[in-house]
Amino acid sequence: MRIGVVTFPGSLDDRDAARAVRRAGAEAVPLWHADHDLAGVDAVVVPGGFSYGDYLRAGAIASIAPIMREVVDSVARGMPVLGICNGFQILCEAGLLPGALVRNAGLHFVCRDQRLRVESASTAWTCDLTEGEELLVPLKSGEGRYVADAATLERLAGDGRIVFRYLDQNPNGAQADIAGISSADGRVVGLMPHPEHAIDPLTGPSADGLALFTSVLRAAASVA
Amino acid sequence: MPKPEILDPQGQAVAGALSRLGIAGVHDVRQGKHFELDVADDLDDDTLHRIAGDLLANPVIEDWVVTRVARDGVSS
Repeated sequence: MRIGVVTFPGSLDDRDAARAVRRAGAEAVPLWHADHDLAGVDAVVVPGGFSYGDYLRAGAIASIAPIMREVVDSVARGMPVLGICNGFQILCEAGLLPGALVRNAGLHFVCRDQRLRVESASTAWTCDLTEGEELLVPLKSGEGRYVADAATLERLAGDGRIVFRYLDQNPNGAQADIAGISSADGRVVGLMPHPEHAIDPLTGPSADGLALFTSVLRAAASVA
Repeated sequence: MPKPEILDPQGQAVAGALSRLGIAGVHDVRQGKHFELDVADDLDDDTLHRIAGDLLANPVIEDWVVTRVARDGVSS
């Protein structure tokens, strides 16, 4: 399986995302923000960082980059996409996921190892996890507070589209403790914490994050 | 501007600073953004609204208004 990892000007975590993809057993394919094709990849990771300096709003300018037009088109055909941190912000700005991510309630940038609870194991990126399972992965963001209107929140909860919730203290004031959500078909997932930084106990707080990357391999195998 | 239902911690921080300055009577502060675009006279309002709604503002979290102002600062 070939998984594309997008690099925008200002991306920071594309290398770790590519490493996680390789560790999971897939081929990591670098994709450039100005590219007009996805090089035939089977899935895409939109990684964290500060794309285009996060000028205007976090993820706003990246959401209309040439590569994102291709990603949006491929999502319509069922391609799995994972957005991490800035990638989650980009997917929301691109309209692939509902809601938005705004400044942390406490105004502080939060950088810590965060416990999460898996709320849905029926997405392309969480099928190797178990509902109720707890993960420990780094969180590092200043604009990580998930917001959506009441009807959207109700729909997300009712349809099982809340994928991850923060455990312990809510780090940023996210509504309903939401750390990650999915599209209606479960193929697109966005989350603020960084599973790609937690794939190896040598360099992260756990190896819990690797399961997201192995999940998409299994999801692809079950489709094929 | 952030929608009324969106918590605005930056505005709250400004409100806190005002009270520390000893200024009374400010009940609330909301912080937003202001863009100035120098455009051709014949650029129509629909295009300006599209610019605002599609790029400058995120309608999920922000309300916006477009005001056309002449170079000398007089609204038209």
